Amino acid sequence: MEFKIANKAKMLTVALMGGGILFLVIGLIVHMGDDNFLTRLLSNTLINSFFFFSIGLGALFFLALQYATETGWYATVKRVIEGLAGFLPVGIVLMLVALLTLAITSGGKSGDYHVYTWMDSAFTTEGNHHYDAMIDGKSAYLNQAFFWIRTVVYMATYYLFYRGFRMRSLEEDRVGGTEIHFKNYRKGALFLVFFSVFSSTSVWDWIMAIDVHWFSTLFGWYTFAGMWCTTMTVLVMLVLYLKKQGYLPKVNDSHIHDIGKWTFATSFLWSYMFFSQFMLIWYANIGEESTYYIQRIEDYQLMYFGMFFINFAFPMLILMSRDAKRNAGILLFVGLIIVVGHWLDVYIMVSGGSMGASASIGFLEIGMALAFLGLFIRVVLTNLTKAPLTPINHPFLDESIHHDI
Amino acid sequence: MADKVIYAMYDDDDVLKNGAKKLVSKGVKINEVFSPFPIHGIDPIIGVKNTRLGIMAFLYGLIGLTLATVGMNYFMIQDWPMNIGGKPSFTYMDNMLSFIPITFEFTVLCAAHGMAVTYLIVNKTLPGMPAQNPDPRTTDDKFVMELRLSENTSFSASDLEGMLKDTGVIELDQKEI
Repeated sequence: MEFKIANKAKMLTVALMGGGILFLVIGLIVHMGDDNFLTRLLSNTLINSFFFFSIGLGALFFLALQYATETGWYATVKRVIEGLAGFLPVGIVLMLVALLTLAITSGGKSGDYHVYTWMDSAFTTEGNHHYDAMIDGKSAYLNQAFFWIRTVVYMATYYLFYRGFRMRSLEEDRVGGTEIHFKNYRKGALFLVFFSVFSSTSVWDWIMAIDVHWFSTLFGWYTFAGMWCTTMTVLVMLVLYLKKQGYLPKVNDSHIHDIGKWTFATSFLWSYMFFSQFMLIWYANIGEESTYYIQRIEDYQLMYFGMFFINFAFPMLILMSRDAKRNAGILLFVGLIIVVGHWLDVYIMVSGGSMGASASIGFLEIGMALAFLGLFIRVVLTNLTKAPLTPINHPFLDESIHHDI
Repeated sequence: MADKVIYAMYDDDDVLKNGAKKLVSKGVKINEVFSPFPIHGIDPIIGVKNTRLGIMAFLYGLIGLTLATVGMNYFMIQDWPMNIGGKPSFTYMDNMLSFIPITFEFTVLCAAHGMAVTYLIVNKTLPGMPAQNPDPRTTDDKFVMELRLSENTSFSASDLEGMLKDTGVIELDQKEI
């Protein structure tokens, strides 16, 4: 069945984008003269670009995971996952624009604030009164040329794999057979090999480098877990929406239950990573490491621990029972809350490093997030219209239709 | 009370499942099915209620959580105050982070063991207990459906056997209990 965007959804995305831009303009006018204005603006483009880009990337990862493990149950929701992954090209452009703006403004310099302090040459030029030996010591890795080489390699790899998966998926609809399936199997495994390295290193470059003096080996996995969790949550909400609209007739309670389980499990994965990183640094109590948390606890105490509580306790307590994972209302309620929770997580990661205590959530933050959200929904829904919502010749389609747990 | 039990043996789980569907649609109550492996989708057909093992697992987990918290508070804070990771604050709350891994492990331990033991007791399969299945071949490659006459009062034994024969049984057996 072909998917058509309902007028209501079209209006919602336009309203989100319009309202978002209105809020954004109000925010820009209000904060124009602020000391940290440019840093604040560019932090927010980075936060939202990364957050929505990572949903697309998470969907691509999840798709590759299903291919590499030759999973059967997901065949009926495969096109929905592809629709989410289809945000990736737009997300890549958004990320590149955000990073490029940062690169040409000395890392988002505004007063004493920076997003990427290491991009400001004042900190790496010996003799300058800003000279920072620690940043200079990292310049073999953190320098503009190498940074851009890495960024382009990540983005090109992600994009090429996305294009390949999508092309083969549509081709499978036409020709059928198992040859494409086995090709996907190999490519999926190959993608996971790249992704296992890139998911960590790309986050070091884009997010961890904001707190340029600090490093944590768990940070890549922590961000990856958050990204995976957001993707599964968005996926379950999107499937529920499509089901409500009368599409996806082959998706039954068991599929919803399974995606609900993924939401539940990845929430635990994320909490586990949060706690592991936090506890090890707390226990060791080394100045270089604990600075990250001291800063965030001083400046964002309620938001930081509130965000952890929401993202951990809500899915744990509410989604634990079997019936809850089969109930659309409960899934939607928990889903909406933890998507906001994970946005706050990214917000604190970026703002804590770039603006510290001077960060606050106002018109600018809300406006930009809403505008990005509207764009995201519109792009994903448009992607869904481009192919039949149920794959036609997927080798595991029959197994998926009879999925029963 | 004397009761008559009919055992119908099949050599294919799908045949058994279709047969069960047919019998249930005629109003026959199937008491139990014995199989060497779980038959997917048989539960709703023969009317097995959803298991409540998950609720027990949650309760065992809560017990583990409580025991671990109370225990560690007594051992590490009250009875013999410990200097934890160079943070000698001697209160449970301030040192909570270092207690969480153990709390977690003990919760999982209690939930898992409690669940396994409960499962064995409820199914009467603790080591050394006599076997419940009517025929040792149901642990190999045969499937047995059990009907009780006391649960199917509107049918006679020969009615039931007649209906069973139409579903592709390979052996029929009766027993008084």
